[in-house]
Amino acid sequence: MELQAVLMAAGGGSRMPDLTYNTPKPMLPVGNKPLMWYPLNLLERVGFEEVIVITTKEVHKMMSTDPKMKDVKMKLDVVCIQEDGDMGTADALRHIQQKIKTDVLVVSCDLITDVALHEVVDLFRAHNATLAMLMSKAHEFTDTVPGQKGKKKTAEQRDFVGVDQSGKRLLFMANEADLEDGLSIRKSIMRKHPRMHIKTGLEDAHLYCLKKAVVDFLADNKSISSIRGELVPYLVRKQFSKTTNSPKIKDDAEDQNQKTIDELLISSRDEPLLQLAQERSCWNDHRGDMSEAYHGGKLRCYVHIIDQGLCYRVNTLAAYIEANRLAPKLFEEPAVHPSAVISERCQMGSDSIIGALCQVADKTSIKRSTIGNSTTVKEKVKVTNSIIMHGVTIEEGCNIQGCVICSNAVIGRGADLKYCLVGSGQQIEPEGEDQISFIHIMQCSNDKPVCFRIVRKHRLVSSY
Amino acid sequence: MADSGVTDGLCDTDDIERSKTEGKELTKEEKQRLRKEKKHQKKIKEKKDDAASHEDEKKKKKKKEEKPVGAASQPPTQPSQKVAPAPAPVPVPASETPALADKPAKSKADLKAERRARQESERASKQGKKGDVGQPVPTSKPKAPPSELQPVVKRLPEHVQVDNPDVLKKLAKKLERQQIPLRSDYGYKVSLFSHLHQYSRKAPLTQQLGIPSTVIHPAIVRLGLQYSQGIVAGSNARSVALLHAFKQVIRDYTTPPNEELSRDLVNKLKPYISFLNQCRPLSASMGNAIKYIKKEISNIPSQCKEEEAKSKLLSCIECYINEKIILAAKAIAKYSIEKISDGDVILVYGCSSLVNHILCEAFEKKRKFRVIVVDSRPRLEGREALRRLVQRGISCTYVLISAVSYILPEVSKVFLGAHALLANGYVMSRVGTSQIALVAKAFNVPVLVCCETYKFCERVQTDSFVSNELDDPDELIVTRKGKTQLEHWQEVPSLGLLNLVYDVTPPDFVDLVITDLGMIPCTSVPVVLRVKNVDQ
Repeated sequence: MELQAVLMAAGGGSRMPDLTYNTPKPMLPVGNKPLMWYPLNLLERVGFEEVIVITTKEVHKMMSTDPKMKDVKMKLDVVCIQEDGDMGTADALRHIQQKIKTDVLVVSCDLITDVALHEVVDLFRAHNATLAMLMSKAHEFTDTVPGQKGKKKTAEQRDFVGVDQSGKRLLFMANEADLEDGLSIRKSIMRKHPRMHIKTGLEDAHLYCLKKAVVDFLADNKSISSIRGELVPYLVRKQFSKTTNSPKIKDDAEDQNQKTIDELLISSRDEPLLQLAQERSCWNDHRGDMSEAYHGGKLRCYVHIIDQGLCYRVNTLAAYIEANRLAPKLFEEPAVHPSAVISERCQMGSDSIIGALCQVADKTSIKRSTIGNSTTVKEKVKVTNSIIMHGVTIEEGCNIQGCVICSNAVIGRGADLKYCLVGSGQQIEPEGEDQISFIHIMQCSNDKPVCFRIVRKHRLVSSY
Repeated sequence: MADSGVTDGLCDTDDIERSKTEGKELTKEEKQRLRKEKKHQKKIKEKKDDAASHEDEKKKKKKKEEKPVGAASQPPTQPSQKVAPAPAPVPVPASETPALADKPAKSKADLKAERRARQESERASKQGKKGDVGQPVPTSKPKAPPSELQPVVKRLPEHVQVDNPDVLKKLAKKLERQQIPLRSDYGYKVSLFSHLHQYSRKAPLTQQLGIPSTVIHPAIVRLGLQYSQGIVAGSNARSVALLHAFKQVIRDYTTPPNEELSRDLVNKLKPYISFLNQCRPLSASMGNAIKYIKKEISNIPSQCKEEEAKSKLLSCIECYINEKIILAAKAIAKYSIEKISDGDVILVYGCSSLVNHILCEAFEKKRKFRVIVVDSRPRLEGREALRRLVQRGISCTYVLISAVSYILPEVSKVFLGAHALLANGYVMSRVGTSQIALVAKAFNVPVLVCCETYKFCERVQTDSFVSNELDDPDELIVTRKGKTQLEHWQEVPSLGLLNLVYDVTPPDFVDLVITDLGMIPCTSVPVVLRVKNVDQ
């Protein structure tokens, strides 16, 4: 077997707490399909037959009831972990180390992309790389996001990514947060790769091909808990460090058998034959200095950067809205589900999606929106630019613009909502007029207080 | 029948019987003689036909491969067709009269003729049953026994018949059966080379394979990728990498129930070899290595346990690499050092792993010489050779191939590497080699080709058109100062880009071939091949 796929679906969605309050992130509907369906579909299309899914018990339960998940024909080996959120992605890999028999392909559940996966895997195969990852040009989200006042929040911490001339070899990776005084690049890197391109506008797609030796290395080094935050920068740095590492310098577990990643990589069989083939081959990945291919290094990290095409990580509200708009374009499915009942006098735009078992009454206008399963939309409702999840009831005469309405909410008659985010199971009273921009209504549990913001004095919208 | 009637009255009953038998013999012998005459006449006719048909073949396929064998296979088919309907009774012409005259002296000859005729008729009846075409039995000499040696009908390899749609269909079917994707050709092909494949580097075969690859072993997929991207390039490197991948395949192999390892493993390897062929056409050295492995696998006794068999195969592979590549390189270096004297100026072309090894060894043995490295686009492999030599401390000069005739007056010897040595003494090597050999010949500079014996190939080729490899034409495109002139070359209908990989040097230009068996002239290659075949 060549590669084993691992889907990380235990993440909390910490950057969009409102959406994930009731629904865990992997099961958030995007284009009427659960979010984790998209990476699973990508893996299925490419040819995987089995996937190890690391997730929480709650998600596991929801997965078994969701009809779309039944469409997934691959064998899903679900590993449940605790929900307390202390487990990082690397910790999760360590947890399933026994199941890993070959190289792994780690995918995050919030990745929606149509990239040709063979590009990433080819880099991994051809150069016998230790790590191959996928990055895309970061997107600017232009639509106003409900629940946010003013412009975007403070810019996310930037990533500095250094690649070589060909744009494939990963030389340097650091996050702005880790750099205190400035960007410092080691001399060993500059000596080997005098020309380096540093890019900041890239977004990590959290898709990694890792060698089996890395998983074994993780098992020994328990201090690494996140793949993206710690493991990847470590591997990128290790490409250029001297290979004479004595085990005594290790500061974690005093295990005499602990091996460095280099030793683990070299211990593969037939290494001398591979060396011989490389020596006799008249190929070199760089020119201008006296060293052989790859500068004799065994640890190599590669990155595939995509310019065009769809690649989103749905971890913020803005990304979620954008994804809802674009994800349906990935597939050739009909915009209107066959079981939905739509009256003839409904005006529906071509870029809207209606889910299963919906009922849309007369004189409604639905433009650029996504309507979830089992939703009821009564007469004279105008829905523009919104995302309406499952089981929502929208009474007559409502005007909904730029909103995200979570599942099982009820919008009373004549409500006028603009750029609102309505939590799950909420009820908006009839005639609830929200000309207030950016009212944020959150669901509250029994013991938490109600929180909402009023900017101008108008009729209050109650919530409980 | 008139003879027997005449003699009947003259002889006794014995005589009658004898004459009857003799008459039968006579008629048989006469039939045989008539048959011979007919055959002779037909042969004359056929030679004329053959000449005409061969010209047709030439025009169609531009092939000159195996013509003597081809020609030999043609006439035998035709007489066999004639022999089949021959045993019909033949009207007796006047040639009977000499038979009459020789009658008494023919007792032994009669018996011989009788036996011969019986053999012929039996053979003829057999052939009548079998049918005519496709059974090339050499009946050119009637005395020849029904031969077990059939002249081999050489089929043209598929990779030089790309412009023949039937061949392409067959290939597509074969690949479909083996579950391997078909790689499609790319770009406009120059008409002289339209019979060869031309692939694009940007469209690797893995696009059409699933990830993870289950049909093809991952080591083979990796190898195929490395071939098509040029990461493993060079005859020796490709063979070593191939054997390394096969070792992994053998390690991961388990015999399915009710199957024998010796037969099943060979069948498992076939789709892998097709896949590698699609990624990049196999080299002669790889072909020989594959033949060796297949032979070793088939020679495994059936009572051998799986583990034992696998370890035996792995050690065979190790042995092969050690003998044919590593030790051969040492032997060749030893012979070549005798040819390198102090003060020499040696010219090398491109990056041949063997020539680099020789020069490094000679430098270690404290010979004083300097090297001129000649390089050519688009591969610019000479840079890598330059790096390796300069790293050792050898003083080098670097020129492009356009400067060869200016630099040759300085050169004392030319060392060339080879991709393969063909059975008629021609040297197949990187494109540009024959040019260098030609210019060197014009300047009377000795040309020495270094080649291991495992690269000797039984193919015969006299020009570089018949069988070659076309690389990606986009590799010829270069961007200088931000401008790419050839960027839209596909839109110009009258423009074709040709990126040839190999060319063929005639033996007249090569003075010596240094192999691990010694230093031989170019024309001794078939002798070596014969000796090798006898050994094996």
